[in-house]
Amino acid sequence: MYGYGGNILRINLTTGEMNIQPLSQDMAREWIGQRGFIAKILWDELKPGIDPLGPANKLVMSTGPLAGTLVPAGGKVSFGAKSPATGIYGESCMGGHIAAEMKYAGYDVIILEGASSKPCYIYIKDDQVEIRDASHLWGKGAIQTEKALKDELGEEFQICTIGPAGEKLVKYACISHDFGRQAGRTGMGTVMGSKKVKAIAICGHNSIPLADLEATVVKGKEMLKGCFAKENLDEWQNYGTAGVPVWANNIGAFPTKNFQSSYLEGNENLDGKIMREKMVVNDKGCFGCPSPCGKYCYVKPYNVYTEGPEYETTALIGGNCVFTDIEQIGYLNYLCDELGLDTISAGNVIGFAMECFEKGILTREQVGMELKFGDLESFKYLVEKIAAREGIGNILAEGVKYAAEQFGGDSIKFAIQVKGLEWSGYESRSAPSNMLAYMTCDLGAHHNRAWSVTHDIAVGRKVLEGKARKVIELQHIRPFFDLIGCCRLQWVEIGFELEHYPEVLRYVTGFDYSQDDLMKISEKVWNLTRAFAWREIEDFGRKYDYPPARFYEETVTTGPNAGDVLSKEELDFLLDDYYKLRGWDLNGLPTREKLEQMGLGFVVRQLESYGRKIS
Amino acid sequence: MKIALNEARCSGCRTCQVICSLHNFNENNPKKAAVKIVGHFPTPGHYEIKICDQCGLCAAVCPAEAIKETDGVYRIDKEKCTGCGECIEACPSEAMVQHPAEKAPIKCVACGQCVELCQRGAIYDADTREVQ
Ligand code: SF4
Ligand code: SF4
Ligand code: SF4
Repeated sequence: MYGYGGNILRINLTTGEMNIQPLSQDMAREWIGQRGFIAKILWDELKPGIDPLGPANKLVMSTGPLAGTLVPAGGKVSFGAKSPATGIYGESCMGGHIAAEMKYAGYDVIILEGASSKPCYIYIKDDQVEIRDASHLWGKGAIQTEKALKDELGEEFQICTIGPAGEKLVKYACISHDFGRQAGRTGMGTVMGSKKVKAIAICGHNSIPLADLEATVVKGKEMLKGCFAKENLDEWQNYGTAGVPVWANNIGAFPTKNFQSSYLEGNENLDGKIMREKMVVNDKGCFGCPSPCGKYCYVKPYNVYTEGPEYETTALIGGNCVFTDIEQIGYLNYLCDELGLDTISAGNVIGFAMECFEKGILTREQVGMELKFGDLESFKYLVEKIAAREGIGNILAEGVKYAAEQFGGDSIKFAIQVKGLEWSGYESRSAPSNMLAYMTCDLGAHHNRAWSVTHDIAVGRKVLEGKARKVIELQHIRPFFDLIGCCRLQWVEIGFELEHYPEVLRYVTGFDYSQDDLMKISEKVWNLTRAFAWREIEDFGRKYDYPPARFYEETVTTGPNAGDVLSKEELDFLLDDYYKLRGWDLNGLPTREKLEQMGLGFVVRQLESYGRKIS
Repeated sequence: MKIALNEARCSGCRTCQVICSLHNFNENNPKKAAVKIVGHFPTPGHYEIKICDQCGLCAAVCPAEAIKETDGVYRIDKEKCTGCGECIEACPSEAMVQHPAEKAPIKCVACGQCVELCQRGAIYDADTREVQ
């Protein structure tokens, strides 16, 4: 099939059975790829109420039609499963080279079912698929494991791995690839660990058939050159997301001290220019990327190599745990990467523990040492305890929400999460649209779906009217890139135009989508994943969309936005507006009319069969 | 076209490989590209580019006399090539590529397509451009 690897590979780890089915035209046309395929497969194949870490959960790896082609930055793959962190739809996206490699091997989707009884890795060389022993790799760091497998199998293999945290089922374990790219969020590494799969290694030799090869080459070149010509390309490829921390601080959006503030004293030391001077050894990009943002670093004082720190890492480990030395952050990034932990959740959890200690909610006896913001030893100690699930680490390994429920006091008010997922790196009491974006993200508080701080700045940071509309628009555009297998950052960061995509999709796949069709499909997936949450949780709805009380009861403590807070009434205004515009009921649940209009009649029938009352 | 390298600039994007296979094979298949990108990670953290510099040693060792030079570029005659692999062994740049579906090795013909799309200037034309 044009533009696709053409097959779905299914591996049952319990029985060792495997099968390869062709991807159907209808599936491709109606769900495009990647997150579209994942959402549809998980909806169809998972029974509600299953244990996310049991054999009934499935780990679905999928990429989209533009991955592996000449279209700029076609290097994205997503992993999906019922999330052990949130109990609802989970998914995380990752760059590197494995998306393209999957397609050269002939697969758009790889489904891991069941669970192995002993450590294994999946070996895929075109249509040769094996479940291989991984006892020699079990316990190894995520990066070390990738290196060991590269040495064993050859440079041409693309490999994704989990670290010790994934093996130990830490709820925010990531999947790691290309020595520094991660599918970090919603515990996809945890699901992989629960299946005892240490790695997936892929090598493919086939071509991706193109509907119109000549037109794809012409258009692909035009798109690449369009990216090359962008004014801020050099800024972006010199600093990548490391250029963002100083800006975020200056506008008062930099998470600081477990989100007490949005302004970090000393943040100027985190500047991308300083990082570049001190640590960067290589500009590293994903497959097909015209604007490589990966900053591969050597952190001299600690003698470690790491990719990044990326903005989110600097925000959550740096700001949130109060580190202002970029080399220390680089070192802690390295630790998290080897252990296989999502730096966003890890930074949240550790910042939260530091605050609990400061407030006397946690004691020296409970923790085993004194915790302090900005103390390297505190972070190191906790991160290792978490990855090993030892002592206090066993509670913190469950995430901030669970930890707060255990620690008590008023700690739930400053457990910074939505739906059980820790908040990404933008303090948003002075950015209502961004607040709403993270509140309503289908995964929990994640920036992948919509990010709109610049919109708040452009139209007024106190303004509430019109914000919901913008959030919805972005929730369709941004994750659209996670349907096609492409990076969104060319659009977000260097201003590459959206108009190119329907045209190039036509040349690659032969499917003739309009821009509007594509946004409708993105919206359909949005409604499906929302329905997934409702299918799992009977009383799902509005109450799951609120941020922690810190954001509506406490004001920002310092910096340009000191004193800012969004009241519960203001949050309700945003939610009301949002639900209405989405065509959902006042409790934030999709209506029959909306679902049917989206072509999701099968969702209506299923929800009803589980006793959900659809209005 | 004199292909030259500045490996320190390579970001590992493999756009060079995609366009090479599209241009020379009419296939979207980087495994058929005449340029290899080899990552050295986690240490010391850089990419190596392996590409032919038209030295001609392959032609000298080819027992079938299948490799001929025109205008400074050595090309493999696929009809004559027996797939013995002597040239692959002899290439000092390790630049010859093998693909399971192709009998003849794959070799760079200096078409310059990769140069056109290497934004980083990691592969460039030394005839027309100074090193970046
Ligand atoms: S912009 Fe960054 S994340 Fe996106 S494809 Fe390029 S290197 Fe990867
Ligand atoms: S196109 Fe240039 S930067 Fe990209 S892999 Fe090839 S040589 Fe490296
Ligand atoms: S010059 Fe042409 S043949 Fe040689 S590696 Fe580049 S694209 Fe391939």
